[in-house]
Amino acid sequence: MGVRARAILSHGSMMLKFDIFLSALANGLLTGAVYALIALGLTLIYGVLHIINFAHGATLTLAMFAVFVAHQAFGLDPYIAVFILTPLFFVLGYALQRAVITPASHGDDGNILLVTLGISIIIENALLAIFRSDTRSIDVPYGFSVMEVGPLFLSTPKVIAFVATLAVAGLLWLLLARSDTGKAIRAVAKEKTGAALCGIDVAHIYAVTFGIGTACLAIAACLLMPTFLVNPRVGNAFVLVAFTIVVLGGMGSIGGALAGGLIIGVVESLSGLYFGESLGQIGIFLIFLVVLLFRPTGLFGAKA
Amino acid sequence: MKGGLFTSGYGPILIVVVALAVLPFGFSANTTLNFLGFVLIVTLAAQGWNLLAGYGGQFSFGHAAFFGMGAYGIALAQVRFGLNPWLALPLAIALGALTGTILGYLSFRARLRGSYFALVTLAFAEVFRILANASTFTGGAAGVLIPLRIDAANFQFADKRSFYWLALSFVAFVLLLTHWIARSRFGAYLVAVRENEDAARALGVDALAVKLKAITLSGGITAAAGCLYAQKFLYIDANLAFGPWISVEALLAPIIGGIGTVFGPLAGAVLLLGLGEITKTFFTWLLGGAVPGIDLVVFGVLLILCVAFAPRGVLGVLRRILPAFRGGRA
Repeated sequence: MGVRARAILSHGSMMLKFDIFLSALANGLLTGAVYALIALGLTLIYGVLHIINFAHGATLTLAMFAVFVAHQAFGLDPYIAVFILTPLFFVLGYALQRAVITPASHGDDGNILLVTLGISIIIENALLAIFRSDTRSIDVPYGFSVMEVGPLFLSTPKVIAFVATLAVAGLLWLLLARSDTGKAIRAVAKEKTGAALCGIDVAHIYAVTFGIGTACLAIAACLLMPTFLVNPRVGNAFVLVAFTIVVLGGMGSIGGALAGGLIIGVVESLSGLYFGESLGQIGIFLIFLVVLLFRPTGLFGAKA
Repeated sequence: MKGGLFTSGYGPILIVVVALAVLPFGFSANTTLNFLGFVLIVTLAAQGWNLLAGYGGQFSFGHAAFFGMGAYGIALAQVRFGLNPWLALPLAIALGALTGTILGYLSFRARLRGSYFALVTLAFAEVFRILANASTFTGGAAGVLIPLRIDAANFQFADKRSFYWLALSFVAFVLLLTHWIARSRFGAYLVAVRENEDAARALGVDALAVKLKAITLSGGITAAAGCLYAQKFLYIDANLAFGPWISVEALLAPIIGGIGTVFGPLAGAVLLLGLGEITKTFFTWLLGGAVPGIDLVVFGVLLILCVAFAPRGVLGVLRRILPAFRGGRA
């Protein structure tokens, strides 16, 4: 008899209901952390460059396929691949911003939106052309392993993802608060002309920020792949969730993205539990629309 | 300006429409007519987008919301309420226009601009897609099948040319409408809002009313394209009617053809879908099998190239190199 079955038998039915609620809550928090990591990249790019990166979802899909290929072709475990893919995606983001987005958009916001949309169309459909629309997953030995935390049984890869997200957010905060590059990023975000006058290479800082935002996606992809499936359209599902989180937390706010991610994860998990899967999705969109239409500065009122 | 046929700008519209009208006499193959009919549907959807985004500067990433309202409107009116499709057509167009008004009222009143407006329209289209996919009234994931009853009185034509000419008359009407709007007071207000909304407001332009009028018209026009789509294929589901593909094509055609111009959406749709067919055929020949998504890769590249090198689209490039095209400018 499994540990789980014994645990369930030992509780009364009221306790059982509470347990299900509690485990949905915990699962929501765990999933929400990865959402937060995806949103973190988006909000950082928005906070500094003041652009909405429509290619964020497609880039995440690309990263997830990169993890898939690394595992299938080279036998690399996602938790090892993260150390190769993160710098690789930093370079990709840096190059995209510097070589494609900036020169193509002539500094016009509407153009930036269209160029990132173009990039997302290219990535998504190139993946479709190469991998077709089949859904794929990778098989790792720890994919279904669980941890016992109090009355709860939590998926080990999800707990790892949760802890790793907090660590990445902490590192990002340290980078922004303490390092010279971080100071330059914050200076450019606040006042780019002033920063340029102080000798900061604004184009370089923009590209670095875009690179960091893209690197966050590679980390998220490595954390997601042990438990998630990937197909060429998977990024769409994540990107609207990420937009919702960013809007909820306040555009450009890192703390807001973290809190927003956890809130959305819990909302999705609980509404999935009580209303079924497809309506749980609607819940996210409704939050998105209501916040955007009635409180565009976000719940925490951070200034964009 | 003398107000003659050509100086008024109506001449080129007449020439283009007549040239398109005689096309089926030269190309009568079914596949060609199917292709041309599809080009006109995309043109019509793109004309709706162009009015709002090209003239009004409000970039929507979710025109599928209106397209789907038209398609589902005309299909469900027939299947659920037994209405004649010719009667359902104006109702479905009105539904699309109303959707535009509501969506516009919500987002413009909240002062959403630029990327925020793009995001809201995208989210609305996704909400509609999920709802249409889940609700039993809309046929759920199985979609809606319009019963085959070929009869002109039933909006189903035995001769593919009839459908083509009908679609062309819609496109021609919107060409004239767009040209007329561009020269009207409303059009001037719309362009003023696009160029600088705060300045326009300071000069007494009621920006909210102008944008609402534009999105209502835009929603109605794109819904008409959805109606034609439903009647052409007699089948729709949530991904066809509310899917991102039509949002993307409605936006790409005017940008590639020439954003904020009368002929931009038409020129862009012809070029885009023509290039799409060529790409698909080429890769099928090259690799010995269909490659899904390859045409969209080309569209994406084209979008970035246009934004980078041809901000006024293909027509803008032509106008720069061929002096003869300059005359057509309103």
